Amino acid sequence: MNSAINVEKIKSEFPIFSRLIRGDQPLIYLDSAATSQKPLVVLDAERNFYTKHNAAAHRGAHQLAEEATELFEGARSKVARFLNAKSENEIIFTKSATESINLLAYSLGNARPGSKFHIEKGDRIVVSEMEHHANLIPWQELAARTGAELKWLGVTDEGRLALSNLEEIIDKRTKVVALTHQSNVLGTINDFNGALSQVKNRIKEVGALFLVDACQSVPHLKVDVQALGADFLTFSGHKAVGPTGVGVLWGRNELLDELPPFLTGGSMIENVTMESATYLPAPKRFEAGVPNMAQAVGLGAAVDYLEKISLDEIHQHELSLTKRAIEGLKQIPGLSIIGPEDLVDRGAVVSFAVAGVHPHDLGQALDQYGIAVRTGHHCAWPLMRRYKVVATTRASFYLYNSESDVDALIEGVARARKYFVER
Amino acid sequence: MDLDSLYQEVILDHYKRPLNKKLEPNPTVQVHHVNTSCGDEVTLNLHTDGRVVAKISWEGVGCSISQASHSVMSDLLKGKSVEEALGLVDEFQKMLQSKGIDAGNEEHLQDGVAFAGVAKFPARVKCALLGWMAFKDALQQSIAKKR
Repeated sequence: MNSAINVEKIKSEFPIFSRLIRGDQPLIYLDSAATSQKPLVVLDAERNFYTKHNAAAHRGAHQLAEEATELFEGARSKVARFLNAKSENEIIFTKSATESINLLAYSLGNARPGSKFHIEKGDRIVVSEMEHHANLIPWQELAARTGAELKWLGVTDEGRLALSNLEEIIDKRTKVVALTHQSNVLGTINDFNGALSQVKNRIKEVGALFLVDACQSVPHLKVDVQALGADFLTFSGHKAVGPTGVGVLWGRNELLDELPPFLTGGSMIENVTMESATYLPAPKRFEAGVPNMAQAVGLGAAVDYLEKISLDEIHQHELSLTKRAIEGLKQIPGLSIIGPEDLVDRGAVVSFAVAGVHPHDLGQALDQYGIAVRTGHHCAWPLMRRYKVVATTRASFYLYNSESDVDALIEGVARARKYFVER
Repeated sequence: MDLDSLYQEVILDHYKRPLNKKLEPNPTVQVHHVNTSCGDEVTLNLHTDGRVVAKISWEGVGCSISQASHSVMSDLLKGKSVEEALGLVDEFQKMLQSKGIDAGNEEHLQDGVAFAGVAKFPARVKCALLGWMAFKDALQQSIAKKR
């Protein structure tokens, strides 16, 4: 192992790796792109909130309410520091990244004529063909509600964003551009400050809002929102060793303070009469109701944990696993990789197809060997159609995976292929 | 639980050499069903006079369980009366939803009992049922059409 990651130590910090799978086999978990496992420190942080500090944050004058508020807001500060946001007011807690994207889409849809956020017929919303359904369908719906037109950038045969018609797709009418930072199927990283800087420049040139779906990148590599230069960014806690039920929407402060709310109700108001209400500034404007406090606190512990290990080390470790996986899998007859085969701008997600073996059957066989992978369309049905496959098998790696996990995958795929093709 | 109890020889045989996997023209009813969790699809053509299932033909993409199940279903239900066919669909469905308790009646379901092992894998039950549910839908549509 040439990286500084101590996998054995890390595995010991995740209780789930002490259980056995399908009889007496150790768990080889290669499905972190769907959801990550959780270290004990995260579970303890959540439990600790409930056992010692549980009360509704931002309400009440008692000691527990104070402590709950402090812990919840403390988690916000941790996430702000983690993303290098200008201020903690730029961090909105949601229940998931899916909710974050819907929040933005509905808030934009709520902007009345005259607002700079107002979207109407004649405007354009742009996504790409490699988006997860979560960053596609909210925009389809917004387009349908407003009469705006939905356009998309395609992908190349190699699995990269296609830029040949960039200026035609992102034109002067474009109001919003929503793109993934890393494909959950292909593993491709869209580096908007490197190979794809022209995409960001074009978005700025036409004056559109720029949302980055960072669900697959933020847990795995250092993302600095100020350096990234987008207007909004989202990620989910559960993919970043955090709890389920908490997501983040980051937005530039000056935009959030002018954006109309999505969910309305308690704790997001400034003043209320029977006829109308005025709203607090961000982030509270977008956090109606008692939030998922324990989950946010768990996410705070998760980002602390990741930072302590170092995102740069995690990324390097994952790249070496990815390299090993691609090289090993390619030796298997009939196997093709769907996505870039080189390591340039690439994350630790490897999708593949094996001739004569349906992904569901392959996944089932791997499960019998204790290996958990994802099979199916990965919530990216248009992308499956683009590459003319019904489904793929996807292995994804994280900080707790070892070289021997990768070797077990390669051996397992070869064994499963023999079972179905040569039997 | 080993792999062979799920992937019985009968299933792999039907997977490799599926029966009735070619859509016959001019069906009484055509249906298209999708397993939304994995993307598997089947198009099924049913020929019936409303009393007897004359022909079931299909086209589709999917895993070995789903492909073999379509094949077994299209062979087993052909020539059966509408009532018999619906009864067999129910029997097959019950077996698959029994979590492995119901081993299936081989006299009734014939090759269909090979899928009893699938019932122990909750994620795969839908794969085995896809074609059978498509057939049931087609048959019900054909009955509604008659009325």
